Amino acid sequence: MAVPLSYYLILSGFVFLTGVVGVLIRRNIIVILLSVELMLNATNINFVAFSEYFHNVAGQVFVFFALTVAAAEVAVGLAIIIALHRTNSSIYIDDLNLLKR
Amino acid sequence: MDHIFFFYFAAVIATTSVLVVALRNPVYSALALLIMFFHVAGLYVTLHAEFLAAVQIVVYAGAILVLYLFVVMLLSIKSEERYHNQLPVAGLLGVMLCTEVILLLIQSRTAASAPAPAADPVAGPGNTELIGEALYSTYLFPFEVASLILLVAMIGAIILAKKDLNEQAQQ
Repeated sequence: MAVPLSYYLILSGFVFLTGVVGVLIRRNIIVILLSVELMLNATNINFVAFSEYFHNVAGQVFVFFALTVAAAEVAVGLAIIIALHRTNSSIYIDDLNLLKR
Repeated sequence: MDHIFFFYFAAVIATTSVLVVALRNPVYSALALLIMFFHVAGLYVTLHAEFLAAVQIVVYAGAILVLYLFVVMLLSIKSEERYHNQLPVAGLLGVMLCTEVILLLIQSRTAASAPAPAADPVAGPGNTELIGEALYSTYLFPFEVASLILLVAMIGAIILAKKDLNEQAQQ
């Protein structure tokens, strides 16, 4: 007996929510980027589940594009973190208030 | 049998995703994310997406996470002492989204719990062949654009992480 589609949707909704809360409550930029990865993985689970249940391979192709964007985001995001650490010697978002001062 | 596998993978994915957010040390967060990636790959195998499961392990666990760990080690960050003071906003947003999901699921219970339409595994060409065919015919242009995105990200990362590009030019 196959697992109903709604179970996968509940799982991916939960993972996505965890990612949103992580982006909002953490102070470390690296952990914020890890939470963004959680959200991207939640959407990937949705894509693959729908692709299986509608017998359409397009959903799996779109996971590739999400993967590309995730890789690009990691490369640029970590470069920004290194540049920030070099100029500010801190990667906590509380310390990055140059525009507020 | 499917249910057992699904509940095992779902339980581990949910637990490790909470751990990624909750653990204080970024290295432990990254390792929890590694366990989550492996179990997401297992979930893909149960959904008959074997090629994506392999790609998930190679790209996410092999490349992206190693990059994160490199940066964590490079910056030698101490573990974080407290959470951000946006906690009320985060709690409010989390509760709102959670109730929204629950309401939607209650409303669409009859439609969502319908069984899969004729669960019949794809005969003939395998999963990899099907993805390759779709990628190089229907989605050829988005595929090329994806390579452009990667090129731009590579140039951007080099320029951002390079030390003082202007000063070197002046010397």
